[in-house]
Amino acid sequence: MAKRAAPEVNAGSMADIAFLLLIFFLVTTTIETDSGINRKLPPTDEVVDPPIIKERNIFTVVVNKNNQLLVEEKPLDLANLRQAAIEFLDNGGGQGEEACDYCEGPKDPSSSDNPEKAIISLKNDRETSYKVYISVQNELVAAYNDLRDREFAKLNPLIGLSFVEANKRYADPRYVTERERLKPLLDEVKARYPQKLSEAEPNKNK
Amino acid sequence: MAKFKKKKGGDTPAISTASLPDIVFMLLFFFMVATVMRDSTLMVQNTLPAADQIQKLDKKDRVMYIYAGKPSSRYADKYGNQARIQLNDKFASVQDVGAFVLAERASKRQELQNVLTTALKVDGETNMGLISDIKQELRQVNALKINYTTRLGDYTQNTKK
Repeated sequence: MAKRAAPEVNAGSMADIAFLLLIFFLVTTTIETDSGINRKLPPTDEVVDPPIIKERNIFTVVVNKNNQLLVEEKPLDLANLRQAAIEFLDNGGGQGEEACDYCEGPKDPSSSDNPEKAIISLKNDRETSYKVYISVQNELVAAYNDLRDREFAKLNPLIGLSFVEANKRYADPRYVTERERLKPLLDEVKARYPQKLSEAEPNKNK
Repeated sequence: MAKFKKKKGGDTPAISTASLPDIVFMLLFFFMVATVMRDSTLMVQNTLPAADQIQKLDKKDRVMYIYAGKPSSRYADKYGNQARIQLNDKFASVQDVGAFVLAERASKRQELQNVLTTALKVDGETNMGLISDIKQELRQVNALKINYTTRLGDYTQNTKK
């Protein structure tokens, strides 16, 4: 009696149990990484002495409550915003010390001096729709990215990456070894076209 | 020639299913590891606008989420159809945002407290007034890194009806 072998446990239902769990996790899985437009808000402490900025160095974009765009006091279609912003940033109309030797714009004296001085000012109404706001932000970021891509390709013709790709790679933990190499290249381009996007507080509706 | 005698019975042997649990377990573990459970149920409509100049968000533990939009149809009769903010699992007013950020920040590890990003998941139909109010609140508590979460797509999708 004592020597009887223990009967083997039937493992036939193991697959069923595993399948059940598998289906549960299959259904609840969301493999997603969120992405979006990163922005930095200005700190609250008021600047005591705001610097004086020349009118020609500011590119004003106003979005009204009917989601229409007013760019530099002229109505503009959203589709043309990127080009208009590129022209403004890349103008390089400065003289002497303020000249911009890498700009390819028309050097119009009534537009921005150089990309370092150029500021895009975005103002929206409280009733502007968020979708349109994001579209405008997207186009303005795209203008900067286009210029930075161009500059990056000009400075590093052999790298085979665009600025945006290089930036992505810089942030990617899989390419940790390339960080050292990419950082000065990215910083140089960023210094040439610094992203200066200022947002005014929205209009109060009267 | 007895050695090469044909085996009796031409039936194909049954395929062994003994390794089936192994395969299933392997898949199971993959999905268990890859699963991210949704930590808050959405109570607002949340159709994100499209953008293509986007950057990936930081790791999950460095992000706090603020949702906003019109209450979804289940809650519409109770909360109306004005756009509202959702923090964790509750509707909240603009004044609660600051306290929420401070509480979230306090719950994170010390070394992450200064690198937190606030992800704004806002429905495309929301008015900018609400978002500006949120941004003002975030500035008050010094949560300056924000991310407008969008889905990948061309911006022209936003203006189409």
